[in-house]
Amino acid sequence: MKNLLEVDIKVPNQTRYLSLIGKIGEDIANTLKRFNNSDPEELAYHINLVITEAMANAIKHANQNDPTKDVHICICLSDQELCIKVYDQGQGFDINQIETTDPDPQQDHGRGIFLIRALMDRVSYERCATGHVLEMRKSLKTLPKKRN
Amino acid sequence: MNVTLQEFDKAISVSIEEERLDAHNSNELKAQLLNLFEEGKINIIIDLKSVRFIDSSGLGALVSGFKNASSRNGGVKLCGLQPQVKSMFELTRLHRVFEIFPGIDEALATF
Repeated sequence: MKNLLEVDIKVPNQTRYLSLIGKIGEDIANTLKRFNNSDPEELAYHINLVITEAMANAIKHANQNDPTKDVHICICLSDQELCIKVYDQGQGFDINQIETTDPDPQQDHGRGIFLIRALMDRVSYERCATGHVLEMRKSLKTLPKKRN
Repeated sequence: MNVTLQEFDKAISVSIEEERLDAHNSNELKAQLLNLFEEGKINIIIDLKSVRFIDSSGLGALVSGFKNASSRNGGVKLCGLQPQVKSMFELTRLHRVFEIFPGIDEALATF
């Protein structure tokens, strides 16, 4: 599976960069108009959202708002899927401990991982050399070729 | 966070003049709403017509405002949701928590 596009970015551990990176993800998703993946604008919004959620988790929870740390984001697009990896420098958490049921509507927190799981096809959180990596994958179905 | 406040007889409207309501600015909204509650303004209409993007922190700030208003026997109602923003309320079932109106006038009529 050859990558059509690969974007690798490292930003300081600050929430001010959420909109910048989210927008890059959105712009990449907007190039996928030839894929038969629902409404392209909706997909673009969802990609912006999952990047924003994953980065905010990395900045606030994993990296504990430490301004000396970084968040590293890798967006890879192949002809079959869009893969987004968000690397933190923290101690990590067990993603399987987070409930998969709908979040309590009366709670003012705890919807981030729920949204990522709801909008992406495969989600994992694993240890890596510098900390942990949240990997989010979305399958891209190609449109059937037109017959002449 | 840029907001525009408009006072009416029965409520105050808070128009959020930001394209994004996310983990970067949602705490500011929480603080602004708390200030209003402390001033005794417990009936609030939040106008989201300029907001193109909302994340879980933004939703959380609105829920926090809703709970604070309810505990003071007031209310937080929403209006002006763009389609993608509205779909986030539906995905998280928050459309069952909030009363949502097309515009400020329609929300105001229900206080």
